[in-house]
Amino acid sequence: MPQLLLELFSEEIPARMQKRAEEDLAKLFGEKLKGAGLDAKAIKTFSAPRRLGLFIDDLPAKAADVNEERKGPRVGSPEQAIQGFLKGAGLKSIDQAQIVEDKKGAFYVAKIERAGRATPEIVQEIVPEIVRAFPWPKSMRSQSSDLQWVRPLHNICCVFDGKAVKIAVEGVGSEAVTWGHRFHAPEALPVTSAADHASKLRGAKVLIEREERKTIILEQASSLCAAKGLELVEDIGLLEEVAGLVEWPVVLLGDMNRDFLNLPGEVIRLSMRTHQKYFAVRDPKTKGLAPHFIVVANIEAKDGGKAIAAGNARVLSARLNDAQFFWKVDTATSLYTEERKAKLQKIVFHQKLGSVWDKVERVRALAEELCAVTGADKKLVAEAANLCKMDLVTETVGEFPELQGQVGRQLSALTKGNHESVAAAIEDHYRPLGPNDRVPSDPVAVTLALADKLDTLVGFWAIDEKPTGSSDPYALRRAALGLVRIILSTNTRMLAANVIGGASQIISSKSDNVRALVGARISGAATTEDAVRGALFDDLFQFIVDRLKVQLRDQGKRHDLVDAVFALGDDDLVRIVARVEALDAFLKTEDGANLLAGYKRAANILSAEEKKGKWSADEAKGQVDAAKLAEPAEKALYEALEKALPAARAAVEKEEFAAAMKALSGLRAPVDAFFEKVLVNAAEPLLRRNRLLLLSRLREALSQVADFSKIEG
Amino acid sequence: MAHKAPRCFQDVILTLQNYWAEQGCAILQPYDEQVGAGTLHPATTLRSLGPKPWRAAYVQPSRRPKDGRYGDNPNRLQHYYQYQVILKPNPPNLQELYLNSLARIGIDPLLHDVRFVEDDWENPTVGAWGLGWEVWCDGMEVSQYTYFQQVGGLDVRPVSGELTYGLERLAMYVFGVDRVYDLPFNDPDSATPLTYGDIFLENEKQQSRFNFELSDPEQNLRWFTDAEATATRLLKEGNVLPAFDYTLKASHLFNLLDARGVVSPTERQSFIARVRDLAKGCATAWAESQQ
Repeated sequence: MPQLLLELFSEEIPARMQKRAEEDLAKLFGEKLKGAGLDAKAIKTFSAPRRLGLFIDDLPAKAADVNEERKGPRVGSPEQAIQGFLKGAGLKSIDQAQIVEDKKGAFYVAKIERAGRATPEIVQEIVPEIVRAFPWPKSMRSQSSDLQWVRPLHNICCVFDGKAVKIAVEGVGSEAVTWGHRFHAPEALPVTSAADHASKLRGAKVLIEREERKTIILEQASSLCAAKGLELVEDIGLLEEVAGLVEWPVVLLGDMNRDFLNLPGEVIRLSMRTHQKYFAVRDPKTKGLAPHFIVVANIEAKDGGKAIAAGNARVLSARLNDAQFFWKVDTATSLYTEERKAKLQKIVFHQKLGSVWDKVERVRALAEELCAVTGADKKLVAEAANLCKMDLVTETVGEFPELQGQVGRQLSALTKGNHESVAAAIEDHYRPLGPNDRVPSDPVAVTLALADKLDTLVGFWAIDEKPTGSSDPYALRRAALGLVRIILSTNTRMLAANVIGGASQIISSKSDNVRALVGARISGAATTEDAVRGALFDDLFQFIVDRLKVQLRDQGKRHDLVDAVFALGDDDLVRIVARVEALDAFLKTEDGANLLAGYKRAANILSAEEKKGKWSADEAKGQVDAAKLAEPAEKALYEALEKALPAARAAVEKEEFAAAMKALSGLRAPVDAFFEKVLVNAAEPLLRRNRLLLLSRLREALSQVADFSKIEG
Repeated sequence: MAHKAPRCFQDVILTLQNYWAEQGCAILQPYDEQVGAGTLHPATTLRSLGPKPWRAAYVQPSRRPKDGRYGDNPNRLQHYYQYQVILKPNPPNLQELYLNSLARIGIDPLLHDVRFVEDDWENPTVGAWGLGWEVWCDGMEVSQYTYFQQVGGLDVRPVSGELTYGLERLAMYVFGVDRVYDLPFNDPDSATPLTYGDIFLENEKQQSRFNFELSDPEQNLRWFTDAEATATRLLKEGNVLPAFDYTLKASHLFNLLDARGVVSPTERQSFIARVRDLAKGCATAWAESQQ
């Protein structure tokens, strides 16, 4: 089948946007084709600094013909309805419609037959639509045109089935040509197909596949390092970015002055990465950084890259000179100084929540309280809290904000007498920074991390700066998820609602502002400060619980199981997760699945009777009259319940949910037999009452671990 | 036509002057107010607004009081030179024109790695922004390249292309000099060879001392308020260009206050907003006069 090629040739597209742009282009193009009646089996995309495009190998030459019957108004409908129908169906007069009779009467029906349009015509229509509304994170105008693109767009090359397709977009060129490497082969190259496009560009020193560029960069970098007995410090994010900065990657190894190795490795790496986009190089023996770097150039230089490597080395030296100056200033004193504290008092954390130092004081008070739960040493926690934001006003963090925490840790470690846990907590109290970041494990760090996040959440809730929709400027979702992950991974047992209440007390007591804000909410319905606070923080607790739900779903736990456990209203996150896990495992067993079916049946019968007014919750509380049990199957179920119910209850009490499930699984056979042999709605009232009570007991037994009515299946 | 490669700092300037003159730019002289960047010259800030075509190029001494290092730092200066080019509307081959200017200075793109790296430019004090790149040469940022989208909060139509060359950095790179003060300023073979340091080292020392130690914050605060009031009054009179001068004065006075560390983060935002309001007023009035 015919092939389509599209290339949007522009000035340099920011590296960080290219990959996403490929995905967006494929998605939009696929949708628009589909909307026009064309089905593309596979859309392959490409991107390089100056181009974004796609090709489709097997696109039909025209869209499918449309044969559609459209039902119209009833025969004899008002003229207005008839006219509307004619217009919508594209008919000239009502004679062109057929009359079809069905049960409800006679209707007009239009048979619409439309030949599918030719693919080039469709492409000419959809490409301008896509270009005009492309979702670049930031776009711009150029010259006098109103077109918005990421940078000036120069040409839209479109070829279908070997023939050029002209695309008209606000005066942008549309020739079936492309251009090679900016410096090596700037001439225009005529293009006849996707294969022709890729191979001509390869000849003109442009590799359009980003994966190929990435592979080449990694291979060349690794072999350059290996030749010197060194090791590349891999960095996936940097690799992705660098691959978007070159059309023709040429990897070079540069030298760094050995004197800089006295700087913290992170400072060197960040200097290389953020400012220069270099990869760091490691000595495999010492695992420390080696005095070299890897730079990816875009040209095969005449001198083999000597001038480029030397030039880059000079730039790096200037950068590291600055960094060294900053580090010298920072290490001249211990981490805690009155001067730094005074600076933190001047930095606004949030206008309504005071300075960063105000936050430190709240976090310290909260962290000290939390020691009772986490078992951390109170003195160390207080010390770590005092130090945890100090590095924000160091010169090094001023230059490299990404190093917040890490610089504090290093400076703390250099200070005599500082405890290792304190140093680690300074860095780790920010963690986890994202879903893949590690969670702190040292009790001091855990305590401080919990306190920092709780303070942030409670504070922003108090001033009513909750996230809305996609807007979460203070990263509160991340803070809540971090809180959840720390609590779970450290098995920290606390009732989240309790802790939130406690945190809000401490924050209110430490901040007149928050106190006033909470106070200001006292009105009509809620009369006390505590009541207002209660309502406010129920909402926060729900927010945290939602993060846990998301987390469990991301782990592949069925959402109905999660809901079934949450329906119990527990607020101990660790226990909630234990229940979900036990339930998940249980329902995967045959006993579990069958018991669920039995539960559903029992619940259905009970609710049907309740609806008819023939059974009530009060009646369900009654005792089975064991003497009146008639059938062996109901006796067996009674006995099984008598055993299982207390066993399950006891296990739940001890939070041994797997054991509780096991106790319940013993009910499966008696339940199955009961439904097979016993008629619940017996004519004899006492028999019927007993049987309904048995079913009620069954429902009660299962409710120990979850609300089974929420479980699907 | 073969061009002689520059050998000293002033050669770089002269080469750029000639090159951009050949591209039809009016070669202007520096603006006689203290400014933090070449963009603030009215030839860029104001002329980028309105529908009339415009092409100009000039050197602009730029003052950034906070960047003073008493002459100790090999590449940080509180007073340095920018070479500024503004073309409205941006010609479609502006990248090519720019690269040719680098070649003229002696940067061979098949020997040196020249790259366009994303850098979106923004100047909050004049409510301006644009998209473009930092241009890297072997990892060194040698220019800022921007397509102006808004100035003074107003859409720029047609779009202007703006190029800013950091002259000292560029020259240090081209001549392989690691310390700015060692740059040859005039012809090193002339009867009186002068380095950049011969001309500016003492100035850096004295001005740094002034910026960080001797400037009078109270006086500057007063002057800031006065400049602001004057700019506001002139704007009301429709006296736009003088009003813009006083806006520039206010902006520089703020930079002096900032260098003394007497501006808290919150106040900082409010100072910037005050200057921005003036700049917006000037931009709006100017744009109206151009219709």
